[in-house]
Amino acid sequence: MRRSYDIVIIGSGAGGGTVAQELSPLCREGVRIAVLEKGPKLRDEEFTGRELEMAQALYEDGGGFLTAERTMTLALGCAYGGSTSVYTGTSLLPPQRILKRWNVPELSFEDVEQRARKFAVENNVHFLESGLINENNRLFFEGCRRLNYQVQQFPVNLKGCAGSSLCNLGCPNQAKQGTDRVQLPRAERNGVEVVTRCEVLRISEKTIFARVHAKQAAAKGEPSSWEPGEYQIDAKAIVVCAGAIHSPALLMRSGWAKKLPKLGHGFTCHPAIIMVAEHNRAITNFVGHPKSFYLDQFAESERFLLETCMYFPFTTAKALAGFGEEHSRFMRAFSRLQMILVLACDKVDAHNRVNIDRAGRPVVHYRFTPEVVSGLVQGAITSAKIFFAAGAVRVHLPIASCPTVESAETERLNQIAQQPDFKTGKLPISAAHLQGGCAMGRGPADSVTDAHGRVHGIPWLFVADASLFPDSLEINPYLTIMALADRVAETIRKDARTLL
Amino acid sequence: MLSPVRPIFRAVVSTVVPEASNLDDQSWRELETLVEAALRDRPPALRRQFRLFLRLVQWLCVFRYGRGFASLSPDKRTRVLLYLQDHRIELIRCGFWGVRTLAFLGYYGKPETVQAIGYTADVRGWQVPR
Repeated sequence: MRRSYDIVIIGSGAGGGTVAQELSPLCREGVRIAVLEKGPKLRDEEFTGRELEMAQALYEDGGGFLTAERTMTLALGCAYGGSTSVYTGTSLLPPQRILKRWNVPELSFEDVEQRARKFAVENNVHFLESGLINENNRLFFEGCRRLNYQVQQFPVNLKGCAGSSLCNLGCPNQAKQGTDRVQLPRAERNGVEVVTRCEVLRISEKTIFARVHAKQAAAKGEPSSWEPGEYQIDAKAIVVCAGAIHSPALLMRSGWAKKLPKLGHGFTCHPAIIMVAEHNRAITNFVGHPKSFYLDQFAESERFLLETCMYFPFTTAKALAGFGEEHSRFMRAFSRLQMILVLACDKVDAHNRVNIDRAGRPVVHYRFTPEVVSGLVQGAITSAKIFFAAGAVRVHLPIASCPTVESAETERLNQIAQQPDFKTGKLPISAAHLQGGCAMGRGPADSVTDAHGRVHGIPWLFVADASLFPDSLEINPYLTIMALADRVAETIRKDARTLL
Repeated sequence: MLSPVRPIFRAVVSTVVPEASNLDDQSWRELETLVEAALRDRPPALRRQFRLFLRLVQWLCVFRYGRGFASLSPDKRTRVLLYLQDHRIELIRCGFWGVRTLAFLGYYGKPETVQAIGYTADVRGWQVPR
C-alpha cells in the first residue's frame, strides 16, 4: 500500500509530539503531515495501574529491554506519546554547564533554555503543593536537611493529580501533561494525522517502508487507523524521533552507517539503582506523586544524582539484590518502605553504543566505567545516610555482599564504600534516561546531525529526540528534548519552501 | 513453554521466594501463566536460554550432589543459587538474574501477593480512605 505526505514524523514522544505540534499550523496551508507511532493509543479507562498489564501495554519488551551484556534493563515507552506516557513528569531546565560542555556550534544555552521555558508553561510545570507531598518524599527532604544537603523540589507537569502514584504505569487520571495529553492532541486538531501501531522498518530516498500491526485480541488500545499490512510512504521531509535506541538503529537499517560513522555512538543513560529502606511504622508511600525531591549537589564531584521514587511490587522485588527470607522481609514491609533512586552521571564512552543485529533489531552495548561504578556506590552510601537520618530502621544496600544494614551498624557503611560488592549481572541496574546515538555536532567526523537536527549530507532528513544529545544531560531530559525538537521544527518551517 | 522445566522452575521460585512453597496448584498455574505470557513476547533465543539455564542448574546439582535441584533440601538449593548469583563468570550471573527476575514476576505479579504484602495503590489516590 502506498501513502504520500509532505512531512512524516517517526515517533510521538517528547521529540515527535513537539515537532508535530510546532509544524501543525502548516496544515492550514495544505501541508500534509503524519506521525507514525509504533505503539498503541490507549483509551483513558484502559489505564488500570496494574503493574504487569500496563508495563506490557506501554513499554518496549514489557519494560524488560536488556543491553547486549544483559547487565542493565532499559525502560523505554512504546505508545502514543512515547516515554512521556510513562515518566513521572519531572521537568527540569537544561543545565548551563552541560550545554557549554556539549560545545555544539550554533546551539546556545540561552536559546535552548528559552524554548524549554516555553514548554514548561505550555505543559503546566509547577511545584506540587506541600499538602500533596507524601511521607516517602518528606522523609527524603528531612533526611537531606539533617545532613545539610541541598535538597531541591522537582517541578512537575501535572494538572489535577489525584496522587495515584502510578505515573510510571501511565497516569490513570490523565493528570500528567506529556505530549500524549498536550502536543499530540493539539497537532491532531490542527490536521496532523497520527497513525499508531505503525513500525518503520527503513527509510530510503524520501520513502519510508513501514508495517502496520493488527491489534491482538487481548491487547490494550485502539486499532490503527490504517489497515494492517506493509506500506510505502513518500515524504518530502522526514523527522526521526524514535528515541535514543530506535533512531540510530533505524538510520543504520536504512544503510547510512558508512556515511555517518558516528551513528549509534555516544550512548549514555544515567544507569540507576533503586535503594530501599524500612521504617518502623507505615508511611504514605504508594499514595501521592512519587517524585517530589532531588539532590544534585554531588553531580560534578561524585558523579551521581539522587531522586525520590516509589515503585511497584514486581519492580521493587527485582530491584532488591539477592533472594530468600531477607528479600521477602523487605517485600512484606511494603507499607513501611522508603525509596531513593541513585542515578550515575555517565559520560560518553567508546564502547557504549547502539548497533543493530543481523535482523536489524537494535542492540545496545554498555559497560560500566570506573566512574559510573563509583557514582553508583557513592550514591548508594549517601542514600543510606539519608535513610538513617530520616529515621529508617534498616536499609537494603544492593552494593553490599550482606545487603541489609541495621540502624545500629551504620559504621558498616564506610567499609561497604571501601569494598563494594559491585558485580554486574548480580546487581540490579536499570536506566530510563536514554540519550545520544545521533549526536549534534560539526560534521560527519564528530556527529550525525548539525545543531538543527539535520542529518549531515541528507537535507530532507532530520532527527529530533534525545539521540541528539552529544553527551549525558545529567538531569531528567524531557524539557531539553522538547526544546531541541522545537528548533528542528523551526528549521523545517524556515526551509519549507525548498524542502516541500 | 515451561512444561519441560516446570519442576526445576517451581523449585527455583520456592527458593527465591520461600513463601511460594505454600502455593496451591491453582496459584502455581496463575504464576506460571504470568511467566509464560512475559516470555511469549520475548525473542526466541531468550526463551531457549531460560530453559537452558534451568537445565544447567539441574545438571550442576546432579554432578555436585547426585540429585536434581528439585530434590535438594532448601538449604542446599539456596547454596546452589548463591553460587550462581556470585559466579565469577558474568554470563552465569546474568542467567541467574534472568531466572530470578521471572520468579519475582510470577510471584509478585499475582494480585493475591500484591494484597498480601500490603500494597494497595489505587487509581483514586488520596481519595481512598486509609
